[in-house]
Amino acid sequence: MKNEFSNNTVVSKVKIAKSLSKKKGYIIKENLEFLILALPGIILLFVFNYLPMLGIIVAFKKFNANLGIWGSEWVGLKNFEFFFTSQDALRVTLNTVLYSLDFMFVGLFAAVMVALLLYNIKNAMLVKVYNTIMILPRFLSMVLIAFIVYAMLNPVSGMLNQVIGIFGGNSDIDWYSKPNAWPIILTIIQLWQSVGMNSIIYFASLMGIDESLFEAAKIDGASKWEQTRYIAIPHLIPIMTITTILAFGNLFNGDFGLFYQTTRDVGMLYPTTDIISTYVFRGLMSGNMEVAASVGLFQSVVGLILVLLTNMIVRKVSPENSLF
Amino acid sequence: MIKKFNLPQFILNTFFVLVCLTYILPFILVLSISISSEDAIKQFGYTLFPKIVDFEAYKQIFSNPTQLIDAYYVTIIFSAVTMVLSILVMTLMAYPLSRPNCKFRGVLTFYIFFTMLFNGGLVPSYIMNTKYLHLDNNILVYILPALVSAWYIIIIRTFFQGLPEGLVESAKIDGASELRIYFKIIMPLSKPVVATIAFFVVIAKWNDWNTALIYIQSPKLYSLQYMLQKILREAEFVNKIALEGISGTFQDYKVPTESMRYAMAILAAGPILFIFPFFQKHFARGLTIGAIKG
Repeated sequence: MKNEFSNNTVVSKVKIAKSLSKKKGYIIKENLEFLILALPGIILLFVFNYLPMLGIIVAFKKFNANLGIWGSEWVGLKNFEFFFTSQDALRVTLNTVLYSLDFMFVGLFAAVMVALLLYNIKNAMLVKVYNTIMILPRFLSMVLIAFIVYAMLNPVSGMLNQVIGIFGGNSDIDWYSKPNAWPIILTIIQLWQSVGMNSIIYFASLMGIDESLFEAAKIDGASKWEQTRYIAIPHLIPIMTITTILAFGNLFNGDFGLFYQTTRDVGMLYPTTDIISTYVFRGLMSGNMEVAASVGLFQSVVGLILVLLTNMIVRKVSPENSLF
Repeated sequence: MIKKFNLPQFILNTFFVLVCLTYILPFILVLSISISSEDAIKQFGYTLFPKIVDFEAYKQIFSNPTQLIDAYYVTIIFSAVTMVLSILVMTLMAYPLSRPNCKFRGVLTFYIFFTMLFNGGLVPSYIMNTKYLHLDNNILVYILPALVSAWYIIIIRTFFQGLPEGLVESAKIDGASELRIYFKIIMPLSKPVVATIAFFVVIAKWNDWNTALIYIQSPKLYSLQYMLQKILREAEFVNKIALEGISGTFQDYKVPTESMRYAMAILAAGPILFIFPFFQKHFARGLTIGAIKG
């Protein structure tokens, strides 16, 4: 019996707290305090996230700035009809999805490869240096990236044309009027910017592999490639699966900055660089609010469905990684 | 002792040195363009090392740095204010979520989480912010809409849940209010997660160009990155900045447009590149925190 009354005050206090918390008045006071703490955030989310959700009703109206969202005339699905019967619908949707898939698979392959190669470098100091340098662009704004891209692609003085010139090619290509080149250009930019950051998670996972596995494999005469193929890569597959599935949830959300800044929003490039986000933005800027809103709603709804779907899949594949 | 030459290691390191060069050379190129003379750029194009060194662009910018200083001022103010307020609001909100004795935890979690799943999109937000809240052309538009992020709240909550339960319970016996517990016990223990989130919030705000693109008209309120975008896109904007610095007649003056563009990029990006290495440990840690299930 003596033990229970020992100096462990924390334990006894917890017991008192538990008996206290059963009293009704106490529960109300406690929860009122919680509510007050959370209130600023609740209000901010309501104003900046929930009100716009209600405001999406503008997608079904003919927006008149003087009448406001509620006062504007109801037109039903006309705005959607306008978008889906235009040539733009297929183009922006396809562009958005194809770029997402492109970035997803090229990005995955590059990130895993970089992680595997880094893992095989013996000098830890150098690994850190390489890592730091490759992460850097992730922290630069898209505008600065656009500066660098412009320094490369500027038709008159850009680096790329100069290099092409050195090798005797046609050195006055105007890259900003060559839509066919941009799927490759954008993939390279995206890869350059994100591969460092994306490889970290794989690298960290590789660092967690038990060394003795490799030792045992070496004794059994496994080559470096066989060690990678049968130990390292299988170790990464769960993370690869999860990142890929999660990326599916984002299939409809292209990176507005990448597509708006690096292309300099040049109209001639739209066939291959216009995605849903840039299309909605232009609609907003040109005052074509209601159509832009309907496209935005289309994007949000498909996005929601994709997230719910992928979450369902994740829950089947590996429950501990599901979002909810 | 002579180190044995290791061919695979040599090849690997060469590969990474080459890859890293693709990261470093563009920055050298930008720097080089900014200190090249305009004529040299016309004649030779952009070069990795300036053919004719000329600091005219920097002179020009510093002779009338109003636009640059305005943009810096606005950006520093809204980045700092956003950082402080969003940490405050988000930790205050995450605290009840982490407490098992909070009765409306489930509802609140859903209320926050749902904003990650669905949003009204750009247009309704724009109409709300301009027509009803009148935030356009106002520095508050940089700050208020960006204060709460569901993802960060979940990360903070997960961190709070990892703190020892007994601390809070014993403070409650001593009669401490929840607010007091939050300030005196939870916050002092949460420096790692706060530092990480603060770092990400500041980086995001520092790099903010889209807010100004949509909501700001007055050049006095341009964010740094939006000013840079205008400089990259619009030669007239560069000329305006350059010519404001010259008093009297300036018909003969030829604006070093190209080099000025890149000089501005250097002046605007400098701080980030400089502080970056010092913060590396924070975002490495942030990533591991982020890996925890929400």
